[in-house]
Amino acid sequence: MPYTILVNGTKRSVDVDGDMPLLWVLRDVLELKGSKFGCGVGLCGACTVHLGGEAVRSCSIPISSVGAAAVTTIEGIAATPVGAKVQAAWLDVDVMQCGYCQAGQIMSAAALLTKTARPTDGDIDQAMAGNICRCCTYSRIRAAIKKAAGLRTADAGVR
Amino acid sequence: MTMFARSTSARAPAGTPRMTFSRRTILKASAAAGGGLLLHATLPVVARAAASGLVSPADVTLNAFVRIAPDGIVTIMAKNPEIGQGVKTMLPMVIAEELDADWKDVRIEQADLDAAKYGRQFAGGSTATPLNWDPLRRVGAAGRAMLVAAAAEAWGVAPAECSTASGVVLHPPSGRKLGYGALAGKAAMMRVPDLKTLRLKTPKEFKIVGRPIPGVDSPLIVAGKPLFGIDVAVPGMLYAVFEKCPVFGGKVVSANTDAIKALPGVRHAFVVKGGSDLRGLLDGVAIVAESWWAASKAREKLKISWDEGPTAAESSAGFARDAARLGKGSPAQSLRRDGDVTAAYAQAARVLEAAYSYPFIPHIPLEPQNCTAHFREGKVEIWAPTQDPGSGAALVASTLGMAQGDVTVHMTRVGGGFGRRLRNDYMVEAAWIAKAAGAPVKLLWTRQDDMQHDFYRPAGFHFLKGALDGRGKLVALSDHFVTFGHGDTVADSATMSPGEFPAGLVDNLDYGMSLLPLGVPTGPLRAPRSNALAFVFQSFLDELAHAAGKDPLEFHLALLGEGRVLPSSPGARAPQRDLDTERMRGVLELVAEKSGWAKRQALPKGTGLGIASYFSHLGYFAEVVQATVAPSGAVKADKVWIAGDVGSQIINPSNAENQVQGAALDGIGAALGQAITIDRGRAVEANFDTVFPLRINQAPPVEVHFRISDHSPTGLGEPALPPVVPALCNAVFAATGKRIRKLPIDPAELKSA
Repeated sequence: MPYTILVNGTKRSVDVDGDMPLLWVLRDVLELKGSKFGCGVGLCGACTVHLGGEAVRSCSIPISSVGAAAVTTIEGIAATPVGAKVQAAWLDVDVMQCGYCQAGQIMSAAALLTKTARPTDGDIDQAMAGNICRCCTYSRIRAAIKKAAGLRTADAGVR
Repeated sequence: MTMFARSTSARAPAGTPRMTFSRRTILKASAAAGGGLLLHATLPVVARAAASGLVSPADVTLNAFVRIAPDGIVTIMAKNPEIGQGVKTMLPMVIAEELDADWKDVRIEQADLDAAKYGRQFAGGSTATPLNWDPLRRVGAAGRAMLVAAAAEAWGVAPAECSTASGVVLHPPSGRKLGYGALAGKAAMMRVPDLKTLRLKTPKEFKIVGRPIPGVDSPLIVAGKPLFGIDVAVPGMLYAVFEKCPVFGGKVVSANTDAIKALPGVRHAFVVKGGSDLRGLLDGVAIVAESWWAASKAREKLKISWDEGPTAAESSAGFARDAARLGKGSPAQSLRRDGDVTAAYAQAARVLEAAYSYPFIPHIPLEPQNCTAHFREGKVEIWAPTQDPGSGAALVASTLGMAQGDVTVHMTRVGGGFGRRLRNDYMVEAAWIAKAAGAPVKLLWTRQDDMQHDFYRPAGFHFLKGALDGRGKLVALSDHFVTFGHGDTVADSATMSPGEFPAGLVDNLDYGMSLLPLGVPTGPLRAPRSNALAFVFQSFLDELAHAAGKDPLEFHLALLGEGRVLPSSPGARAPQRDLDTERMRGVLELVAEKSGWAKRQALPKGTGLGIASYFSHLGYFAEVVQATVAPSGAVKADKVWIAGDVGSQIINPSNAENQVQGAALDGIGAALGQAITIDRGRAVEANFDTVFPLRINQAPPVEVHFRISDHSPTGLGEPALPPVVPALCNAVFAATGKRIRKLPIDPAELKSA
């Protein structure tokens, strides 16, 4: 079936089954490989994208339910002021180990900071608990979010 | 926050056993893994790299690792797979340092598998630092010497009058200077210096090593660029899924492949007949389709009749029953006997007995197993996220009946390894399926495939006994280790060294082992063996310390005694030899100081501190965990303090801290929520709803301190993990008075309200 979705500000037309998850449309049809596959059932957060501004797990969203809502992926997040700040903070804090989860982490963090400009540790826990980092770079993820928010970072990981 | 403490106690005259230890260990290790080959491989090739078609015609190849462009840009090859341990940045830093390049002019390229050029290329055992530190410094220094020789010849001056600084050769007497880019062509023609007598920099001269250098791929990662195996795209590529028997090693009897072939988007569906080696190609059904989603949907309709084989009779409950029965008897084989434990138990003031156990656990790297393969004209090209491309190429060659030279392996960035990708089952599957499909194929496993077809950290059972004399000194210790294996062969990563701590420090000691048969595949998981044995021995020593009425720290220090090197025992595995008691004492004292160990009694009810230490992968780590146990029994790690001694130089402090923090949190995650249950010969758990990697809301701050000692630098991927598990369990005891003798920690056993 043909679907037209709005991805990173551009209308894209695809012809796929309606139950194909947004993740696989992005990765294998639109060649946007930044969103990652980790569990397939919304438990790990590696596939996180924004749908109408909300952080969602694209592995569990069929293309038929996307409709006209704007899809923003890691490839497009630099175009938003918050997204660019989060990416810069991630580099500044040198968060990455293997890096596989970090697109999802950045997308969840950008969604958090868009709604809550000065998050508490509790806000960070709540917004980020759905994103597994198997390398456990959590101290630095927390530090990078605080840095992007312009908060003092007493936590480990920031030089 | 990372801090460095330069130890004052590490000063010892040359020739003391400690000094001998570090050099001997490193040289042995280098030779074992092809360090010599590496040096030979770096002999420069005067070759226009343009011939390879990869670089601009003017780039000059100085040696196997270094290319220099006319504009001075230095390209350094990263030889090993990058699995998140940071070697793609760290090893080139070492070359760039001695080359005296400016880091801003350095570009890094991932090497393909080519052992003739680069030596052994793998990611395992925290070995990249000890194996490559000295050889790669010499690679860089040789390049620098040739650049200097080229400049000296051009100016008609003595090389000794020249110096270098950040990519430029200088001649201070005349004020002349030439950039590396201008000199590279001439430098490549210069005589190769004797690698053994090259002058290396002193640590005070380091400009790159010792600086926190961010990961070289990080800008691409935050932008979502394709880097990982799963991101590989080849023109004309098809997508595959592969279903194996849920019972390990089961065989296909029949499958509805004709019906599957008729499904939308499916190009091929066929039975693969594999062998009996669980590390190789196994029986299964492959579905190859136009998209991975189409292949996955078709898989839901797959009907396979299996011959499950003998492993179907195995279960975790059965293993526990059999282990309990064996534990009552004598060990089937002895690992080590010192003194006379029987007499010591008879005379002891206090004897303790305890049974400890731990489960199978999976690796669960976040990137599911995958591989892309393209078979053409008798050759196969492979793109793989693997920790050991060489053994993968050998497996592919032997399984497909090809020469290994006809297997090309491109190493992609790897979305987590943890030891899982030292096995290359997914690689041989992809190669086989691609050959059968006659097209390039990307094989991608699901999370369920990954969790249910792993090479698990083996479960284990320990029946321990320890004795204290009237002064609270440990006088006897025995362990009957019930583990897995067949005949005399212990299952992969299920062994115990005769030198297992505290062997050599207790006068009367008896380690023995009995084996249970096992059809479940096992393998190395981050800090193999140590990740389980540290829990067992460091927890039981804590029990003994409390029984002796002693501060556990004091008990440990008394056990270590005077500073000396315990010789490795016969049969000791590389990561577990030559324990230096003074280095262990050093990290214990440092972590005690940093954690406020002495003031632990002031903590509120339900909160406690636990301490543990462990030596593995040539690194010494002591760790303190503060844990709080809620009335519900839920355990929260509040904070971790770590002191580590990995030698004289922390090469990249940013990555070093990251590795240590990650290892500690990984260990806490495993202790709190990870187990694979075997039932009817298959893994029960299949996703992150039943196996729980640590999440950010559970992750405590981890304070890392390095004790700098006078030993050659060693690796950091693993050694910080083992002690955190017993430190956490000992903290739970301090908080509740309840001893954790079985992992994962069960909150129901800790419930107080």
